[in-house]
Amino acid sequence: MAGADGDDSLYPIAVLIDELRNEDVQLRLNSIKKLSTIALALGVERTRTELLPFLTDTIYDEDEVLLALAEQLGNFTMLVGGPEYVHCLLPPLESLATVEETVVRDKAVESLRKISQEHSPVDLEVHFEPLVKRLASGDWFTSRTSACGLFSVCYPRVSSTVKAEIRQHFRTLCSDDTPMVRRAAASKLGEFAKVLELEYVKSDIISLFTALASDEQDSVRLLAVEACVSIATLLPQEDLETLVMPTLRQAAEDKSWRVRYMVADKFSELQKAVGPEITKNDLVPAFQNLLKDCEAEVRAAAANKVKEFCENLPEDNREQIIMTHILPCVKELVSDTNQHVKSALASVIMGLSTILGKDNTIEHLLPLFLAQLKDECPEVRLNIISNLDCVNEVIGIRQLSQSLLPAIVELAEDAKWRVRLAIIEYMPLLAGQLGVEFFDEKLNTLCMAWLIDHVYAIREAATCNLMKLVEKFGAEWAQNTIVPKVLGMANDPNYLHRMTTLFCINALSKACGQEITTKQMLPVVLKMSNDQVANVRFNVAKSLQKIGPILDSNALQTEVKPVLEKLASDTDMDVKYFAQEAISGKLSYHWVLKPFNRLSYI
Amino acid sequence: MRAPGLELWRSGKIVAHLPHRSELCATFLSCLSQSICSLQICVFTNLSNLCHHLSLSPVFAFACLDVPAAEQPELFLKKLQQCCTVFDFMDTLSDLKMKEYKRSTLNELVDYVTVSRGYLTEQAYPEVVKMVSHNIFRTLPPSDSNEFDPEEDEPTLEASWPHLQLVYEFFIRFLESQEFQPSIAKKYIDQKFVLQLLELFDSEDPRERDYLKTVLHRIYGKFLGLRAFIRKQINNIFLRFVYETEHFNGVAELLEILGSIINGFALPLKAEHKQFLVKVLIPLHTVRSLSLFHAQLAYCIVQFLEKDPTLTEPVIRGLLKFWPKTCSQKEVMFLGELEEILDVIEPTQFVKIQEPLFKQISRCVSSPHFQVAERALYYWNNEYIMSLIEENSSVILPIMFASLYRISKEHWNPAIVALVYNVLKAFMEMNSTLFDELTATYKSDRQREKKKEKEREELWKKLEDLELKRGLRSDGIIPT
Repeated sequence: MAGADGDDSLYPIAVLIDELRNEDVQLRLNSIKKLSTIALALGVERTRTELLPFLTDTIYDEDEVLLALAEQLGNFTMLVGGPEYVHCLLPPLESLATVEETVVRDKAVESLRKISQEHSPVDLEVHFEPLVKRLASGDWFTSRTSACGLFSVCYPRVSSTVKAEIRQHFRTLCSDDTPMVRRAAASKLGEFAKVLELEYVKSDIISLFTALASDEQDSVRLLAVEACVSIATLLPQEDLETLVMPTLRQAAEDKSWRVRYMVADKFSELQKAVGPEITKNDLVPAFQNLLKDCEAEVRAAAANKVKEFCENLPEDNREQIIMTHILPCVKELVSDTNQHVKSALASVIMGLSTILGKDNTIEHLLPLFLAQLKDECPEVRLNIISNLDCVNEVIGIRQLSQSLLPAIVELAEDAKWRVRLAIIEYMPLLAGQLGVEFFDEKLNTLCMAWLIDHVYAIREAATCNLMKLVEKFGAEWAQNTIVPKVLGMANDPNYLHRMTTLFCINALSKACGQEITTKQMLPVVLKMSNDQVANVRFNVAKSLQKIGPILDSNALQTEVKPVLEKLASDTDMDVKYFAQEAISGKLSYHWVLKPFNRLSYI
Repeated sequence: MRAPGLELWRSGKIVAHLPHRSELCATFLSCLSQSICSLQICVFTNLSNLCHHLSLSPVFAFACLDVPAAEQPELFLKKLQQCCTVFDFMDTLSDLKMKEYKRSTLNELVDYVTVSRGYLTEQAYPEVVKMVSHNIFRTLPPSDSNEFDPEEDEPTLEASWPHLQLVYEFFIRFLESQEFQPSIAKKYIDQKFVLQLLELFDSEDPRERDYLKTVLHRIYGKFLGLRAFIRKQINNIFLRFVYETEHFNGVAELLEILGSIINGFALPLKAEHKQFLVKVLIPLHTVRSLSLFHAQLAYCIVQFLEKDPTLTEPVIRGLLKFWPKTCSQKEVMFLGELEEILDVIEPTQFVKIQEPLFKQISRCVSSPHFQVAERALYYWNNEYIMSLIEENSSVILPIMFASLYRISKEHWNPAIVALVYNVLKAFMEMNSTLFDELTATYKSDRQREKKKEKEREELWKKLEDLELKRGLRSDGIIPT
């Protein structure tokens, strides 16, 4: 880096600092975002001795600037001279870790965590750990909150005396006066537990966990549930019953729905963490209760987990547990009063069929699927349809087709266009599973009807759908069933429908291949170049550009080129523009970019 | 599991004439004292078995006031215990008779605490608090709409309001009663009670929040020992609201209470109160839903400044720091609040912050959003602000001039242009020499700015070249 010193004199720090002080926030922000450039111009030494002190002293600024600064400093190690000097970055980051704004603080903590890895063990004890302690005993809650996120990164790499201090600080923060700090500590409890020695997990963490899980504020209690997963994973099986389960049981029956919701939401993780025995004895009844909870939010969260929970049950008596304990609750949820609950269930219920096998599915689940397919809420029906593939594997979709069809038709005609859009997206999947015959007979008309929907998004999706269908069923099928209908729309009195023809051609030409494109589609496109609506004409130009690569060069020269040239002299500005685009686009594609020409660019 | 008495009551065998209390009270009055004694056997051992209480209902169908004075306190306790029963109002068809009965009992309780004298025995306090706690403390249900927007969505009204309202009504009368003794009540109305009360302020039902406001205000007034705790917990609620959730329905109500609390602060202000102003009230301005509580917030701020004018500088600097960047609606609110502050500002304080303040105002004046520009220009209609500007025109005029001059030529909205002309005219009258000077140098100033801009660009370009060169050098592409 010998040459660096020579450059430095060009950029006196005052000028650069002026930039960082600019009155205009936007300019200040821009400068901060290029802080690494400034540091580079100054060189490592002046960055350490001049730039960083300046940044530390003038930390009062708009949060947006501070956020950018906090982020930058996390990547500054090399700019201050590498790992041996990385501790120079601590003072500004320490101030940033105490500001009010959460995003700034979080980013400062993130950067501190990052650079902690670059500290040598000695530096960690001399510089980093004292910083954590200062933050942990700060006056205002913000610094204590930030400290919570730093314990786990330094703990594994310090001496045992310092470790003891760190544990003590964490303990203090877990019983902090302000709920904000207790929340921060609770959210880091699991992470901290992971780096502790097992004996301290048992002696320290468990008591903290129990205390946080019975905090007076539900926002703290619910975070303890998250920690429960990590803690349970760390402990040997024989200790779980005494150390974790009493608290978990209590959380599953907490008076606040938010805590119960959290339990439901984390249920699969909890299940894996506590193992099969406890699952059988404790979690199954707890899960039943959550599925029957009085708050719809909780029921929905639990319903979401039904499949995963069943999947992870111990195999030896999985079927029995599901049939006797879970299925009765599921049956009730099918007719729940809340649509979110029903639709959460509908999104996973089909997955049960693989677990329960063919006979049980036909006898027990099929009636539920059918009921949900007839549900008044479109989202429920949609969720069932979108998961048909699971059932298909087990019993084949035919079992459902009787009810499926009315459900699809109804969704296809739903008043909400988003619902229609969603069902269109499942068409290729359905077509694949139901087979071409069934499709032609029952669904083809629907797919064509969407092409003339009054919402553009639907017409667009319908076009895309046709393409996927052709990819599935092949060009021949396309030629027989859909191409004639699509081309027929070219004569529709509504110009929007005529344009749909063009959009379909754009989408289908590749899947249909050269022959169909040249012989059937191209003549229609060319004829449409005389359309009286300018939008149609310039879409002709666009279409020609799109399908150009598929056509043979003879058709391009003799048929396409004259039409484009005619359009290029159209009276309408846009038509002209797109025709020219198409001509130049095609030129570059077929004639200009010859291999040797491209070489000369390099 | 239901008590047998309940079934009897439901079937009407015991009371067939619940509502007609006046005509029947004379006949029943005599046997009442005996009944009470006999029914006292029915103890409330198990609170969850709430229906027990209701088996007592026939006796209590009579107004407390018609009972001999000596027996009233005891009857009062009984009724309180009965009212601990909480009904499910989501199920509109269940327990209709009992719901109606509880309603009338609550009504009697309300009347009783309003009119009676000497009813408040020491034993009554825990029972009152227990009854109130049982009824009002509950985990608030999740909001119906996923993202409840108080400005757009209708709030979900509390289904159990017919009972809840009376409980609140009763509790307020209890707290306000002449016989009420905080020294006894403080054993039961403690920190935990207050904490739960504060959590209820998140209720979506504005009627409930309104009652809560009165309740908390009374408690703050009567329980000196709880004051610091209440303030601290409100702090925590606000900080969580600002920095964690951005969701809490009762911010406006809490601010309203704080408005009157701040009013009562003793001078000199404690550090704790100043910290509250700077670290909690000012950041509340950043919240998206500011419009829902801005009036109350601005009131609190102005209260503080009226108490201690030296706080003006940190307050205005705080507002400038959090000045809205993209939301013009909020910007208009900020300008409104700033005008309220300027209305009470001391000239000595004004001088301290005039520079940063008018730099912001100059930006607002040239906002392309005409409501923002208009709101800022209205300052010049305020006589007091005008007098402050006039006194300091040598500082303010140079800050404002460039923006005013430019928009007088460029702004799309003719109303703004007209307002700007008035402001320029006012400035011209205030300090014509300076005005002429600024007009004369306007062009050269702009050129100087442009030149500076160009220099900056060059500087950055050079810096980037340098970075690129080093990058290449470290990659070994250019030899060092």
